[in-house]
Amino acid sequence: MGLSPRPDTRLIDTSSNEPWITTKLDAFVNWGRKNSLWPMPFGTACCAIEFMATAASKYDLARFGMERQAFSPRQADLLICAGRVPFKLAPVLRRIWQQMPQPKWCISMGACASTGGMFDNYAVVQGIDSIIPVDVYVPGCPPRPEGLLYGIMMLQKKVANERSGDPSLRNEMEPDPDTQLYIPPSVIDEVSEPFGNSIHQTRSGL
Amino acid sequence: MATTKRTVEVELSTTGLDAQGRPQRVPLAVDEGGNVLTMEAPLGIEPDLSGEHMLINLGPQHPATHGVLRLVLELDGETVVRCIPHVGYLHCGFEKIGEYRQYNQIIPWTDREDYLNSPGNNVAFALGAERLFGIDITERCTVLRVIACELSRIISHLVWLGTTCIDIGAFTPFLWAFQQREEVYEMLEMWIGARLTTSLTRVGGMGADIPDGFTEKLSAFVRGFPKVVDEIDRVITRNGIWVGRTVGLGVMSPEEAVNYGLSGPMVRASGVAYDVRKDFPYLDYETYDFDVPVGTNGDVYDRFLVRMEELRQSTRILDQALKRLPDGPVNVDDHRVILPPKSKATSDMESMIHHFKQVMEGPRPSTGECYVAVESPKGEKGYYMVSDGSSKPVRWRIRPPSFVNLSAIPRMVEGHLLSDVIAINASIDIVMGEIDR
Amino acid sequence: MTEGDAVNGVNRDGSFAPVIAGSALGATAAPATPRNVPNRGGAPNESIEPMRQQFATAVRRVDVVWGETTVVVDPTRVHDVIRWLHDDPSQRYDYLSDVTAVEFRDLEQPLEVVWHLRSLPYRRFIRIKVLLERGAALEVPSVWDIYKGADWLERECYDMFGIKFAGHPDLRRLLMWEQYNEGFPLRKDFPLRGRFSRSEQLRQALAANPEARYSKEELSIADAFEDLPADMRRRLTTGERTGE
Ligand code: SF4
Repeated sequence: MGLSPRPDTRLIDTSSNEPWITTKLDAFVNWGRKNSLWPMPFGTACCAIEFMATAASKYDLARFGMERQAFSPRQADLLICAGRVPFKLAPVLRRIWQQMPQPKWCISMGACASTGGMFDNYAVVQGIDSIIPVDVYVPGCPPRPEGLLYGIMMLQKKVANERSGDPSLRNEMEPDPDTQLYIPPSVIDEVSEPFGNSIHQTRSGL
Repeated sequence: MATTKRTVEVELSTTGLDAQGRPQRVPLAVDEGGNVLTMEAPLGIEPDLSGEHMLINLGPQHPATHGVLRLVLELDGETVVRCIPHVGYLHCGFEKIGEYRQYNQIIPWTDREDYLNSPGNNVAFALGAERLFGIDITERCTVLRVIACELSRIISHLVWLGTTCIDIGAFTPFLWAFQQREEVYEMLEMWIGARLTTSLTRVGGMGADIPDGFTEKLSAFVRGFPKVVDEIDRVITRNGIWVGRTVGLGVMSPEEAVNYGLSGPMVRASGVAYDVRKDFPYLDYETYDFDVPVGTNGDVYDRFLVRMEELRQSTRILDQALKRLPDGPVNVDDHRVILPPKSKATSDMESMIHHFKQVMEGPRPSTGECYVAVESPKGEKGYYMVSDGSSKPVRWRIRPPSFVNLSAIPRMVEGHLLSDVIAINASIDIVMGEIDR
Repeated sequence: MTEGDAVNGVNRDGSFAPVIAGSALGATAAPATPRNVPNRGGAPNESIEPMRQQFATAVRRVDVVWGETTVVVDPTRVHDVIRWLHDDPSQRYDYLSDVTAVEFRDLEQPLEVVWHLRSLPYRRFIRIKVLLERGAALEVPSVWDIYKGADWLERECYDMFGIKFAGHPDLRRLLMWEQYNEGFPLRKDFPLRGRFSRSEQLRQALAANPEARYSKEELSIADAFEDLPADMRRRLTTGERTGE
């Protein structure tokens, strides 16, 4: 009774014509990630309509590897927050971000999501970066589809340049247990101060 | 009254409805001979399951709620026993901000409140403010505003159509609808420079006159668009799945619909011929020849038919408006609200004073109040403005049609299946920006 | 299908007979876009005469502002007036457009609660007002029993102004969340950016656990209430909310 034949150890058959390359693992993984981002649209307001226009026939988000839109945070890589986020929605957005598995990225689409936009009042969060970390801000009210596409391409560049050796990569930010905030309260107060024209528009009479 | 009733009938070429027009039931199991097997109920229902109701939370982040609506549903099996809607997830304090802004400064906010219908809202707000200032707008402006209103009705209904089709399981009409939207976007961009948030009007006129080449583009659109509507019509109106998922759902009787304050396609699908354009006209709508489609069953399917017909009627109005578009000034000649031309403001003393007063103090209407309603794609949209003589309104109230329409959803979904809640909710054509404001 | 076929507005095949707005007017001229509307004055709405006869003392003042008839009525009789406008066959104000309130910048002026009613059969529009004097209780009767559409409109008005609608079945906050404790946003003494600092507002908003935000009513319908831990049940029954 003899032994069974040994398996072929030549994993890559260099003698045949099979094409092959050597590359860095990071570059290979990032290449795959950046071209198959699964976006989850968190569309609340007007910007969501422009997001839909971006996804529809003319601008066709699928060209960037985003054919599949995830409507469940559990199966998404990229949160696109399109629209205003009032305080009532803040815990919902936070929860959705926490439900997304790593690796995950976030695009803040539009003036409202990025800074509160023209809604400097009692109801609206002055920038979602006080709730969740944001990778790319797309300005505009609403951003044109080209603008959003540009933002997405910027994010793809960011993804392509990630290094798995970076120890801070994929760190899940833990909010402060007392206040549930990521950023110190004084900083939040400071960055959400009214600026520009809106300082002069605090009186209702005249 | 020129209301004609478009008879809404379903002749089916595909399966889906039985002879009485009810959705056909598909047998769950058949034997070899093709006979339907009846299922025996299991002996003795499990005691724990009887009468136990389930609580399902739908939203606020759910793609089929068209925004951040949250519905808490009490289910018996799969049947909805009770529905508790929660709104306010997009409450952005529009009305409060309005008290801190001058009349012309509010117009950008009207874009963003019902963001599917921005030009229409701009027109509605300008009409209200002009009432407060006692201004009658020019002929050309009136017709341009009609064009703006009807274009925005078309793009709003197209989004409704696209998203509702996705909810019910058809993807193609979404792409077709958005293709047409892009055409309208291009026109709006030519006109005012923005696609979605247009800020098209000013108190006393428009932000801009239409550019060269606009009318040609619009008439090409008016010719081409009905073909697309027909195409969508062919794909879904008699589609078995579409009919099966929409007929008989969310029925509101005419009395109920009026009592619940429904408006727009919602109330018309229930057989109430109430259209603000016909009954409390504005912008000379009484001189246009168009029909108000009225449904006869008040269900989701009728709402769909009514909106499809409104798309066609809007094209008719656009066609007439194009034909009658007069020449002449767009803005009224009233130095209280309209800025003098730049060349005059720097050379002519009087114009300079007017310019200064308008920019520094803002136009001030006399004291008074008005409620101006227009027929938005969702229904009766009203702006109630109260002025105390200062340059900012004391109160700027938005009467949101889809807010009132949505408040009837507990009544409409009662007794229907969970999956039908999606279809009923889609049929209301909600825009959370308008509901929560 | 003519109206003659219909029994109680329902045709034989189960569809509705159409209800036409303006039908009670007969063959009068179609309405036209109003032009050159004067600021004050002009003929009031036709409903005013019969209303004065019916409610002589309750009708405090009638104004015609920009062509729209405004009736200021006694707060205690407003429900009767609206009920009469809705029920009387020669009025038939069957459509409630809006319920809202107005607070003026001059804090001496009374707070106004405003109802906008339409009569579809007669194509009429009327504005009913109640003035709530400073210091008086902010309470008016609810018209929910007349118009079901008043439900959310009144809840919103309560949410934004703190006006109580007596007789409303479920007067809770609608747009702001239930634990919102900064006040009533549309009141003039409420600052544009809210009373608290931004970080405090955010802290309070994030403190709410979105999964625990079911009200007692919602939990009890699913019988989940009984399964809750004892201390949570106790907190719910005392009006405290979960997630706080
Ligand atoms: S940024 Fe502008 S368009 Fe986008 S949600 Fe805000 S208001 Fe709407």
